[in-house]
Amino acid sequence: MSAPNQPLKIVDVRGLLCPLPVIRMQERVKQLTPGTILKVLATDPGSLEDIPAWCRVHGHTVLETRHENHDIQLVIRVSG
Amino acid sequence: MLAARVVQEQGIHVEGVNFFTGFCVEGHTHAIRDRKHKKPKRNNALWVAEQLGIKLHVIDISEDYKDVVLHPRHGYGQNLNPCLDCKIFMVGKTLELGLIDDLDFDFVLTGEVIGQRPKSQRRETMPIIAKESGANDRLLRPLCALNLPPTLPEREGWVNRDQLFGFHGRSRKPQMELAEKFGFSDYAQPAGGCCFLTDETYSNKLRDLWEARDSRDYQLDDIMLLKIGRHIRPRPHFKLIIGREEGENRFLAGYRNQFTHLAVTDYPGPLALLDGNPTTTDIELAARILARYSQGRAADKLLVTVASVTGLTRDIEVTPMAPNELEPSWHVGS
Repeated sequence: MSAPNQPLKIVDVRGLLCPLPVIRMQERVKQLTPGTILKVLATDPGSLEDIPAWCRVHGHTVLETRHENHDIQLVIRVSG
Repeated sequence: MLAARVVQEQGIHVEGVNFFTGFCVEGHTHAIRDRKHKKPKRNNALWVAEQLGIKLHVIDISEDYKDVVLHPRHGYGQNLNPCLDCKIFMVGKTLELGLIDDLDFDFVLTGEVIGQRPKSQRRETMPIIAKESGANDRLLRPLCALNLPPTLPEREGWVNRDQLFGFHGRSRKPQMELAEKFGFSDYAQPAGGCCFLTDETYSNKLRDLWEARDSRDYQLDDIMLLKIGRHIRPRPHFKLIIGREEGENRFLAGYRNQFTHLAVTDYPGPLALLDGNPTTTDIELAARILARYSQGRAADKLLVTVASVTGLTRDIEVTPMAPNELEPSWHVGS
């Protein structure tokens, strides 16, 4: 899933509600270099729609989405 | 959405900016409540950006926005909505993006229409927004541009004025016709309905908060909690915030380390936070009120667990409050 030798970065937005998960992730992505793999930990069900939508409009790739009970994880590859 | 598409049609690159003030109606409200929604849980701004194929910058201005809410230079609308100051502030913040985030752009456009809103979208307010935001003639309103003097992008030929519009008034029929022409079958709620400050009940709750604390101020958590649950103030120095369904109870549970909180022990029922400085007697009163909203409301006695912010808990036995004991004036916001 992640590129070789590419450390996984994490942004924890659990407990935050739309649109704050997107805002915090956006701020984190700005600090990352292209190709970085970012894991987003969230609890707001809206994140399942909003984060992929934000990634699509900015050209980032959602590699994986998990939703178990109230815990949500999305794994993203940051684009150039 | 329409304004952006009108300009895109001229081959101009557009990017969107969406501001989070803390008072946004969508987002938090749909995320918190568990009710079955027919509409998908989507962020409308992101959805619009996707439809237009543009980037969207979502910006948290909730802290700076306080000054707009607390000290609007142009006053409030019907409720605590400082619409004119809000527009000035947001256009100004958009200009700041060019400096802070190094976004390169030549002008700002908004979807305003003269006469659409009684307070903020009038012929007289248009130049005020342009001037006080600092945008001056770099602020283009593509939907009503023909009713306004040509702006810099029009004079310089960056935008063809002949392909802009002269919409005015409260009717949205021309916008709907244009949306149809562009093939938009779905669009977000018209302006004004997306801010809790335009809501009478919410504004009353915010005024109550200021009065109870003897201070016109708020934190982000305060204004989030005003969107959630029943707010019942049986005494001036404290109020209960009672969840109305599972989603709200779960959201309120996230504040257990900040508030004394109560839950009925032996019957299903909601969670309540106590905001203020309740005494031991007040906590018993709060427990009786909470019991009223549990499934044990008909019981002679029931147990309520009271937990402090430090996690200390104790059970108290109370009689659920009878309907006629619950003063209508205790319901905050109504």
